Amino acid sequence: MSFELVKLGYNYDALEPHIDARTMEIHHTKHHAGYTNNLNGAVEGTELAGKSIEELLAGVSGLSTAVRNNGGGFYNHNLYWSVIAPGGAPAPEGVLLDAIKDSFESVEKFQEAFSKAALTRFGSGWAWLVLQNNKLVVSSTPNQDNPLMDVAEVQGTPILGIDVWEHAYYLNYQNRRPDYVNAFWNLINWDEVARRFKG
Amino acid sequence: MSFSLPKLPYSNNGLEPVISENTINYHYGKHHQAYVNNLNNLIPGTEFENASLEEIIMKAEGGIFNNGAQVWNHTFYFMQFNPDGCHEPKDELKAAVEAKFGSFDAFKEAFSKAAATLFGSGWAWLVVNKSNELEILQTSNAGNPMRDGMKPLLTCDVWEHAYYLDKQNARPKYIEDFWKIVDWKVVSERFA
Repeated sequence: MSFELVKLGYNYDALEPHIDARTMEIHHTKHHAGYTNNLNGAVEGTELAGKSIEELLAGVSGLSTAVRNNGGGFYNHNLYWSVIAPGGAPAPEGVLLDAIKDSFESVEKFQEAFSKAALTRFGSGWAWLVLQNNKLVVSSTPNQDNPLMDVAEVQGTPILGIDVWEHAYYLNYQNRRPDYVNAFWNLINWDEVARRFKG
Repeated sequence: MSFSLPKLPYSNNGLEPVISENTINYHYGKHHQAYVNNLNNLIPGTEFENASLEEIIMKAEGGIFNNGAQVWNHTFYFMQFNPDGCHEPKDELKAAVEAKFGSFDAFKEAFSKAAATLFGSGWAWLVVNKSNELEILQTSNAGNPMRDGMKPLLTCDVWEHAYYLDKQNARPKYIEDFWKIVDWKVVSERFA
């Protein structure tokens, strides 16, 4: 069984004006598709074939750079498309809201920490909200690394992530990464984040 | 010491159609300028307050290194272009390229591969290494070969901001076109 490029639950133009249709189409059909194809190329015909993506990422320190980069790119974009949605979804509530308050005091302070992680990641990478030992923490990773990898500084289960590779925002925002990060808050699908939190 | 953005030896549309005016407006006018501004904001009160860019590249860490190296790298990148320049190496550099890589075409192929396969943001370089030989290498993010005692001759910026407005995900197309504007007269002067 090989990895497949996920279909999005919304149209490419559905996230406008926050993320434009052209960015969405290229991001999905070129970048994400590229990672997916390259991941398949790296595992097919090897002893890794048939392993789940989570299994590959958990042991990535012992695997090739191609699996690390493309496995990360495959997983990270799957998560990204799922945690954003047109118009977003209601703010966090219930146990997720409690956990955010426990870890960050308030939703505002969490947003501040997450935005800061997204803005200060130098070069290409991601910022994350991570469930780690029943606590929520914010982290960032370079390139296509993620918190499921045994090479990550902060390891745990990512429940929200923002792509800060320039390809995620350059056509719409150019050098203005802060505007993209601000716009991202309008799109968050908190139902999906809560689902990932509950595991 | 305060750093400033160097003037380009061509107008912002001078590299078209290889690199668009729009890309230069952002790449030079925004990104390069921001690295200069950030560096000037970071160094006062530090040991690098009066340092040269080269000293910053050799010794600094964190934000000062990142911004200082990016100022240097971008200046080095922008200054090597001239669409009406010399399109291939001559004399001693030509001989050195052929001795190391077999031919100019073989060199371009190897350099292009290094630029295309650098994962994430970074730079591809032609350098003179510590054994005094030509070498092709990649650096991530703001990395600069001088940090490892090597002498840069040519560089290709493969941060997505260098080509995304013009070529989007097609980095190989950007690299293919890059060769049309490299001025080997400048590269030869760096080699001398």
